[in-house]
Amino acid sequence: MRETIEKQQTTCYHCGDECYTGQITADEKDFCCTGCKTVYEILSENELCDYYTLEQNPGITQKNKTALFDFLDNEEIVRSLLEFSDGKHERITLSIPNIHCSSCIWLLEHLDRLNPGVLDSKVNFSQRRLTVHYNCQEISLRQLAEGLDRIGYTPVFNLEKKEESNSVYQQFDKQLLIKMGIAGFCFGNVMLLSFPDYLGITSLEYNYQVFFRWLNAVLALPVVFYSGWDYFVSAFKSIRQKYANIDVPIALGLVVLFLRSVYEVASKTGSGYFDSLVGLVFFLLIGKWFQNRTYQALSFDRDYKSYFPLAVLKLVGKEYKPIIVNDLEKGDEMLIRNAELIPADSILIDDQAFIDYSFVTGEAEPVQKSKGQYIYAGGRIAGKQARFIIQRPVSQSYLTSLWNEEGYERKEKSLKLIDRVSQYFTIAIVAIAIVSAVYWQFTDPSKTWLVFTSVLIIACPCALALSTPFTQGSILRVLGKHHLFLKNADVIDDLQKVDTIIFDKTGTITDPKAKQIEFEGEELTAAEASLVVAAVSSSTHPLSRYVKEFLNAEPDVYQIESFEEVTGKGILAVVSGVEVKLGSAKFIGMESLEEAKSSAVYLTISGKYRGVFKVNNTYRNGLKEVIEELSLANELKLLSGDNDQERAALTELFPKGTEMQFEQKPDDKLKKVQALQKNGHRVMMFGDGLNDAGALKQSNVGVAITEDISSFSPACDAIMDANAFKKLGSLLSLITEGKTVVIASMAISLMYNVGGITFAVLGILTPLFAAVLMPLSSISVVAFTTAMVRLRAKRKGL
Amino acid sequence: MSVILVLIVTSIIVAIVFLGAFYWAVRSGQYDDTYSPSVRMLFEEKKKKKNEEGAGIAEKV
Repeated sequence: MRETIEKQQTTCYHCGDECYTGQITADEKDFCCTGCKTVYEILSENELCDYYTLEQNPGITQKNKTALFDFLDNEEIVRSLLEFSDGKHERITLSIPNIHCSSCIWLLEHLDRLNPGVLDSKVNFSQRRLTVHYNCQEISLRQLAEGLDRIGYTPVFNLEKKEESNSVYQQFDKQLLIKMGIAGFCFGNVMLLSFPDYLGITSLEYNYQVFFRWLNAVLALPVVFYSGWDYFVSAFKSIRQKYANIDVPIALGLVVLFLRSVYEVASKTGSGYFDSLVGLVFFLLIGKWFQNRTYQALSFDRDYKSYFPLAVLKLVGKEYKPIIVNDLEKGDEMLIRNAELIPADSILIDDQAFIDYSFVTGEAEPVQKSKGQYIYAGGRIAGKQARFIIQRPVSQSYLTSLWNEEGYERKEKSLKLIDRVSQYFTIAIVAIAIVSAVYWQFTDPSKTWLVFTSVLIIACPCALALSTPFTQGSILRVLGKHHLFLKNADVIDDLQKVDTIIFDKTGTITDPKAKQIEFEGEELTAAEASLVVAAVSSSTHPLSRYVKEFLNAEPDVYQIESFEEVTGKGILAVVSGVEVKLGSAKFIGMESLEEAKSSAVYLTISGKYRGVFKVNNTYRNGLKEVIEELSLANELKLLSGDNDQERAALTELFPKGTEMQFEQKPDDKLKKVQALQKNGHRVMMFGDGLNDAGALKQSNVGVAITEDISSFSPACDAIMDANAFKKLGSLLSLITEGKTVVIASMAISLMYNVGGITFAVLGILTPLFAAVLMPLSSISVVAFTTAMVRLRAKRKGL
Repeated sequence: MSVILVLIVTSIIVAIVFLGAFYWAVRSGQYDDTYSPSVRMLFEEKKKKKNEEGAGIAEKV
């Protein structure tokens, strides 16, 4: 009688998720869910199947859909979102985080085939945005949003972020590009004009030489005063705070280089160092740009407000109308539907409601509330819609204050390695320059200024300044290739110091996609399956949802006559006259059966035992290896919001003596991190959701693991694609080794400096020597760091 | 002799024109999104019925 239903595994034609053959099909193609199938059907009806030929499985999984767009019926909201409107034509730029490949671009730019009301649509890939012109007499914004949602490209609306968000970053990026362009232009020309000097052609007519030198001086002006201006600003700021960052010696070098060169040209004593000066700025800017590239597509700073709804349904007269959340007042009656967030503290006026507080407390199971109870903001309605009377308007309510709690704000920043080195570097250089100037003042006063400036010029830490950005840039590149994205390069520094790693359980080390459910017992008939689905549909318990997903049958045929759910035990339903009982062995009256280790749901139909659904949380692929690798250098800990059902399984996975704590609230996790930090530990935390946000932020490095990089981003230091999990060990060790590369390259650049300074102090530094040495040191450091990182990554199989 | 000066000045002016072109390209947003244009050009004929309305609004906006 024992039989497991086995189906052949395949991947969904639309989204590429794992699924089984023969369950949901269309045109002999398999889909993981009806949502994906629907998208396919919409596309094939409109002859848009090219979508599937451009990339393999380009679609977005349709399993977790919740979006509702009726707030777009509110004219005020629509008006604030539109970029252009003349009553007939409207234009809007939508943020669509799901845009991820060329198929997406193709489909979104052919929206006019799906709906003739759309006149024109254009994708901005790096910003994940879609600009749509449409005829508002034919299609409303709401219809447009719903249409996009139907094909999997759910637009994200957010009033607050509308203006600022991307534009600041864009502005910065554009400015950097222009600065780089100008520096590059001047660099090329200065090099060209310096050729006679390089080649030592002195027989040239004197006039030319003077002309060339002055031209060089003119070309250096925009580089120093525009392209390199940031370095002066930064150096000035850091001096005001009484410490010397790396920009101080750079700025000092630039000033001295420029002044000395102008002096040489004006006094006709030499050709100056304009080529080194301009080249230095150019290379530095390239390094900066290289670092910036990696972050483009990611928006890390989407705070909790982006989880807030834009609008809720408020009772106006006798109807519920969408109202902007900020306009809600005490006493308003609002209607919240399934999966919507409760935006303000309020009192429930319906008989009962199930509220999912997983965002706030980490509790996985919805809480039942009844009429008249005070409901805190931040919960999500699970199941039936419910009505509330608002008690406290949005801005003051619980969620806001929770996330504004101290510690949810940022931690102290430690001094970067490069800045620590540059502290001593600057002092040493200035000291050497002064000492040798004093020495020459007594031996040969004519050489004093020459030596003083030569030392400062040749010591200009161009190579030193390049070593960190290029090493980090290459590391970020490797990490990005494997879908681990760091917020900025400083995170690398923090990562290298980590000694304690904390894991969250659900969704972090378990794989939410690969939940294994099997049914043990005689196979259910289609009719029986529908009965069971009808019964579990009324329940909000996660296990009920799994069973429903697993059976995947149509429940509508049956009438539910009675339904009772006993918390923690099971459900008893009468469906079309048939009694269906699901739950623990005890609950269904089969005490004789052994209780399974994993979560199990036993089933009886009309009092007859039919079998058991076994739900196993599957741990992520390669979890054991990752834990072994990480435990070598770090102390591991596990903090879970769930109960300790899986303690035994986890004890086997983690090294002996690993601290494990269960039933932890977000606040407990945060306090735990704080306590560790107080004891001098540097903590890295892996978490998955908003309920970890506080702890993620508090820890020295907070990493959010997500199934879908583009759509999820609570405040954290790094975002990691779940698929990268198995490579975590190698990736982290690459980051650690990055430090060795930086130190080695710093050693190389210091060697150049020591060599150069020796010549400078002796007073025999020729402009030609400087002209060769300075770019050579920069280039060799760039080549060294890039090659070393690549080599190490390759050795680790990354 | 002065021909070299003329040449250098000319070459720098030409280079400045290109620099200006680069500046214009950055300002007008051509570097905002470096991925989609490269894909877009490979799509087959973009619009079946490019209606006049579409052209009209593009100008207006």
